[in-house]
Amino acid sequence: MTADSATMQIIEAALIESGADQSEVVVISERTRLTRFASSAIHQNLSEKKHRVTVRAVVGKRVGCATTNRLTADSIRSTAQKAAQLARLAEENPDFVSLPSPVPIPAARTHFEPTARCRPEDRAQAVKTIAAIAAESGCTASGSFLVTEVEVAVANSLGVRAHQSLTESALTVIASESGPGLSGYETATGYAHWAGRDLSALDVETIARKAVGKCVAGRKPIAVQPGDYAAILEPPAVAALLMFLCWIGFGATAVQEGRSFLCGRMGERVMHDSISIWDDGLDARGLVMPFDFEGVAKQRVDLIERGVAKGIVYDSYTAHKEGKKSTGHAFPAPNPYGPGPSNLVMATGSHSLQEMIATTERGLLVTRFHYVNVVHPKRTILTGMTRDGTFLVEAGKITRAVRNLRFTQNVVETLGEVDAVGSDAALHQAEGCYCPALKLPRFAFTSAA
Amino acid sequence: MTELCERAVDLAIRAGASYADARIVERATESLQVKNGKVEALQSESDLGLGVRVLVEGAWGFAASADLGGADVQKIAEDAVRLARASALTSPQPAVLSEVEPARATWKSEWRTDPFEVPMQEKMSLLLEADRRARQREEVKVCESALTFVRERKYFASSEGSRIEQERLESGGGVKATAIGNGEMQERSYPSALDGFHAAGGWEVIEGLDLLAGAEKIGSEAADLLTAPVCPSGTFPIIIGASQMALQIHESCGHPIELDRVFGSEASYAGTSFLTPEKIGQFRYGSPLVNIVADSTVPGGLGTFAYDDEGVPSCRTDIVREGVFCGYLMSRETAARLGLRSNGAMRADGWNRLPLIRMTNINLEPGTWTLDEMISEIKHGFMLENTRSWSIDDVRLNFQFTTEIGWEIRDGSIVGMVRNPTYHGVTPQFWAACDAIASKEFWKLWGVVNCGKGEPAQSMRVGHGAAPARFSAVRLGAEQ
Repeated sequence: MTADSATMQIIEAALIESGADQSEVVVISERTRLTRFASSAIHQNLSEKKHRVTVRAVVGKRVGCATTNRLTADSIRSTAQKAAQLARLAEENPDFVSLPSPVPIPAARTHFEPTARCRPEDRAQAVKTIAAIAAESGCTASGSFLVTEVEVAVANSLGVRAHQSLTESALTVIASESGPGLSGYETATGYAHWAGRDLSALDVETIARKAVGKCVAGRKPIAVQPGDYAAILEPPAVAALLMFLCWIGFGATAVQEGRSFLCGRMGERVMHDSISIWDDGLDARGLVMPFDFEGVAKQRVDLIERGVAKGIVYDSYTAHKEGKKSTGHAFPAPNPYGPGPSNLVMATGSHSLQEMIATTERGLLVTRFHYVNVVHPKRTILTGMTRDGTFLVEAGKITRAVRNLRFTQNVVETLGEVDAVGSDAALHQAEGCYCPALKLPRFAFTSAA
Repeated sequence: MTELCERAVDLAIRAGASYADARIVERATESLQVKNGKVEALQSESDLGLGVRVLVEGAWGFAASADLGGADVQKIAEDAVRLARASALTSPQPAVLSEVEPARATWKSEWRTDPFEVPMQEKMSLLLEADRRARQREEVKVCESALTFVRERKYFASSEGSRIEQERLESGGGVKATAIGNGEMQERSYPSALDGFHAAGGWEVIEGLDLLAGAEKIGSEAADLLTAPVCPSGTFPIIIGASQMALQIHESCGHPIELDRVFGSEASYAGTSFLTPEKIGQFRYGSPLVNIVADSTVPGGLGTFAYDDEGVPSCRTDIVREGVFCGYLMSRETAARLGLRSNGAMRADGWNRLPLIRMTNINLEPGTWTLDEMISEIKHGFMLENTRSWSIDDVRLNFQFTTEIGWEIRDGSIVGMVRNPTYHGVTPQFWAACDAIASKEFWKLWGVVNCGKGEPAQSMRVGHGAAPARFSAVRLGAEQ
């Protein structure tokens, strides 16, 4: 897809129709194709074509938004007029200064033909391949194979004009030893995942064999007592923790309102010096996106640099409150929750996963977490369960699979003591995060399944 | 619109489908959000599109589009058939649908005052005043209040002859105060956490909330919580307030009774269920006091409708009777696998989503106690109210919930407030400890507007009837 003339006509028409002091139009057109499989066969197979046009109208310091999914001239006109009408009805927001002014948007390659061309039959063949590999080891496979094409266009009456065509794909495989319907704590499962914009980089067999390998290794899990353990968190587990840390801590709204763990700690050491975290929309290892939903170029923002709190991300509203410029991290309006990182990267280290295991006297190896949630945002306490491969490490070796455990852990505190950072990293689509494994001397597992 | 659905079904059958259904969903949403005395969001949204679901060679395909021109509808139908043919390449167990009588019906939920007709100024004034009242204590640094109204018209046609039109109106809102000080942060919400209180109905739903009095109370409680003692760890009798009971039912009963989860449809994402089919009629889910029903007929519920998205009529089903697990939420396909007929639990989050088995109104039936009687029998325990954090494992057994506020009970009386109360347990052991449920005077049908399931993510609006309930021995404390 490209930002074609029809889309631009929609945008220009909406900007004119609103009649407000300032106007912004965001058009997102998306074609999603998702193949889900369970018991080694496709059970849900879908295609979806949708649009979303949001007009933000500003009258003085009053702001209104209206959204439609219809691309007809009548619908665009009435949506623009509705936004302006709502703005005139709204109470003044003294904190609102202006929509952003235009800034140069760097060119970025985000659309890949192999992804766009992926057919239902191709995805079915991938499922057959995965099912066959699972069957070789007496497993069944479930998972999903996602392919999307998206066009994003942002414009405002101050001259912002940004558009981007994107593709994205992700494959998730769960191998299960005994098949769905017979689930329980004794059932071994294994997980593997791939995500990227260019489908030609996907190796289906490798992903399938990784999930099956985990599953086979996870057979006959034993129960271990909850408590503090040394923990080796594989990249999917680290990604889950980082995503929640972003939600509660790295956005300007959370800091300005006093909710973030970073309040008053900028420039202080808050984590171990092996930890560096930044957000970079142009990092090709992640899902590249050069601008945000206000059409502002995404800046690389160092959040944690060698353990020291260095920065947070802004949209135009939160930036204006501090007399700063947006870092290009706005989400679609209206958004009272504020900006957030969406292309997170954690610096890799020098240790392989095998080295981490070999240097562990007694600990747990965690593949991923399930249903993570925030227990206390300011203290960064999270809880969640392990899932799809949890193993006991003794005297430098994986000795047994273990039943799932619940953790309840202050994440910033646990990142203050890090034994090793992994040399390999992976992209995780759901979390929008590229990160390595971590070996932590202490991680609190608070109850057992 | 129904004619357009019929055309889509015809086109799908002509393209090779053995079964087809089509849904057009037209949804209008209005939302207002106020934060710290400022209107931060004022939004109107309209959404319309068509989704077609087909069976070819016993395999499923689904296609949806917002483009509804003549050629577009043909393409939607053909895409759905092509997807189903691709599904068939992987040799799934052929889908067999349990029988349903074809229905021709029109249905509308009940409301008194259309909230879309209420002046915007009146709505904003209500939120701004609630915001002001919640921020009377200086410790309250953030107050967020919101109102949301949804009108949904749904048109359904199937190749078996069903033609159904339904219209629903929902209203809801709430207030949340966040107090910050001395390195601590505490939140209180009214009427409940998780986006407030929502129900099928009109502006009268909002008028019945008494938002202003509630806002003042939670603002004060949030400030007091900053210096309240931390809830101790240990095993205690606890009373769980009604809104928290709604979440407890949702996570530990509502999700594990979804029969598609049981059969592994969600294994790669949300997980499966410990409630496997051999447990029906055998498994002790809770104490004999525990009676839970799935009821899509109860007025005012977010899970109330006339027909589900397969054209199956709404009904009331026993889920747990006198503590014994006895029924699932089912689709036509999953019911057939058990030799049963669907109880109408298939719903989709809009035109562009495939129907999945979703909770309707999963209700814990009231008991006979008053709240005072329940408290009076506790020597030392706690009463926990309003959700702050929730998490449960992928088979729905090990859960951990943190509530916004706790009240310490000693010798049959509430003696003070505690902060950061967390309780955890394993589903059947937890429900087996239920030794009192408050009576119908304390029972309320709560709405949950953000029940997540499926890929792409679907957010469903479901109901939970609940009264405060007491549990004889529950583990408290997990935080560091």
